[in-house]
Amino acid sequence: MARMGFLLEKEFKQFIRNALLPKLVIMFPILVMLIMPWVATMEVKNVAVTVVDNDRTQLSHRLVDKIAASGYFDMQPLVAGYRAGEQDISTGRADIVIEIPQGMERNIESGQNVALQISANAVDGMKGGIGSNYLVSIINDFVAELGADRGDETAPAGALSVLYLYNPTLNYRFFMIPALMIILVITIGGFLPALNIVSEKEIGTIEQINVSPVRKWEFILAKLIPYWIMGVVIFSLALLLAYWIYGLAPAGSLLTIYAAAVLFTIVMSGVGLIVSNYSSTMQQSMFIMFFFAVLFILMCGLFTPVASMPAWAQVIASLLPPRYFIEILRSVYLKGSGIAELYEQFLFLAGFAVLFSVGAVLSYQKRG
Amino acid sequence: MDSVIKVEELTKRFGNFTAVDHISFSVQRGEIFGFLGANGAGKTTAMRMLCGLSRPTSGRGMVAGYDIETQYEDIKNNIGYMSQRFSLYEDLKVWENIRLFGGIYGVDEKEIKHRTDELLAELHFEKERNAYVKSLPLGWKQKLAFSVAIFHRPSIVFLDEPTGGVDPATRRQFWEMIYAAAEQGITIFVTTHYMDEAEYCNRVSIMVDGRIDALDTPRRLKSEFGATTMDEVFRALARHAGRKE
Repeated sequence: MARMGFLLEKEFKQFIRNALLPKLVIMFPILVMLIMPWVATMEVKNVAVTVVDNDRTQLSHRLVDKIAASGYFDMQPLVAGYRAGEQDISTGRADIVIEIPQGMERNIESGQNVALQISANAVDGMKGGIGSNYLVSIINDFVAELGADRGDETAPAGALSVLYLYNPTLNYRFFMIPALMIILVITIGGFLPALNIVSEKEIGTIEQINVSPVRKWEFILAKLIPYWIMGVVIFSLALLLAYWIYGLAPAGSLLTIYAAAVLFTIVMSGVGLIVSNYSSTMQQSMFIMFFFAVLFILMCGLFTPVASMPAWAQVIASLLPPRYFIEILRSVYLKGSGIAELYEQFLFLAGFAVLFSVGAVLSYQKRG
Repeated sequence: MDSVIKVEELTKRFGNFTAVDHISFSVQRGEIFGFLGANGAGKTTAMRMLCGLSRPTSGRGMVAGYDIETQYEDIKNNIGYMSQRFSLYEDLKVWENIRLFGGIYGVDEKEIKHRTDELLAELHFEKERNAYVKSLPLGWKQKLAFSVAIFHRPSIVFLDEPTGGVDPATRRQFWEMIYAAAEQGITIFVTTHYMDEAEYCNRVSIMVDGRIDALDTPRRLKSEFGATTMDEVFRALARHAGRKE
């Protein structure tokens, strides 16, 4: 046990003296939490709309004003004729062109059908699709308003009303911030250990350790403990920033969140050290680690729900530790769940933590 | 005299390549044993098997009374090792390296402090106590590495080309340190390229293509080969080598 003390002392000194690592561990969470919540969003805003108003009546102005007032659209200057509108799309000035037909006001007054044309640039499918959906719902709303003005009871005024639970404002950021915290732990808590042992191999210092009576578990544990501490520090920093900057506080208990964060940090540092043990150069370990990072980030439900993946992919996803961490984090943050409701996820995380820590010790070979 | 290293038919193969080919020898307690051979002759591989860093393909060996096949972790408590590549931590200070390796071998805190002062005084390194190891000149690093390798008072120390790339004056000082260690009863197992250094050894073995082709005192080897220096002995043997550097 005394030996562990000497090894830990060495690991901490080496970490503190590194020119880059301590700064990275502080700056990385700050930058990610400051920037990413604003950009990693699936909400479609700023859809550029060009209106071709062939009617030029009070009614058509009212429609245009209503579209502009919705806040989702970036209104481009009016153009004359559909050709000019199409021109806007091909030059990239507009994502959507809406054409108001000549005689709209007159035809509506006389009770005839009116057809509006919406043309969307679907190169960015998400923007085109969701943007035109927004537009259609605004127009439907407009039609309902017109009906109400005329006392027409048959018009479908607000047929559907949705009440969203847990994230009532449907703020996408609240959904993404827990995911970003996980990405932080995956990158720092996984990549740094992945570089550690392999760098001792490249420098040659590992020989001096291997030829000594140090036990495998002592050496590995002395490597792991600093990363466990680092993982918790990074996570706490992200937690505080989420609260200070975005006002996002977990609905559930902090203790539940920390229990999961500690387990997940143990999992990731174990993965990193296993990769490091099996690699003989830093390039190798980085490459393998990058593969895992992509797999973890894209397949564990951070961006796309696991439930909508094909069955075989769901099986793979259930083998990925971050999947359980993200479920715990989102449930505690948004729903206020406790350990009792999440015991299954906790069980899986704890299982992975044991598995990867033991794996890290076993994959370290003192004798080749 | 009893033997502290005893090896029989020790062999190491990497795929089709036989790096060490059925070597047998023994080393007596307190001896300075020179392990000579050209680059690629298999010296380092053989030494790594004795230190428990590499698993033998076949053959038997005992080091400090322990079997190299099964008790290799016990061997490690009783040996010191200085690798060909400099392997102290460059980002730790001189005293921190000494402390780390002392601690790893189970020397207690008080004893570490005491021996560190002693060691730094002997090396005239008192001023460098707080210097980072990376800032030391190569010769100094080698001397420090040797002192760290015998810090825990092992019964055998393995030195893999300890004087590689060092100037003649420092090599001379290094060999004085080796003699001093041998006088304390530490068995020295040393590989080297320098044939003048071979003359300093009590006995030398010369490896060619994975086999030991000659093993005796330098004096007897020279008379056997009708040579005046170890260099001539070495060249006479190396002439038949199939492996190129």
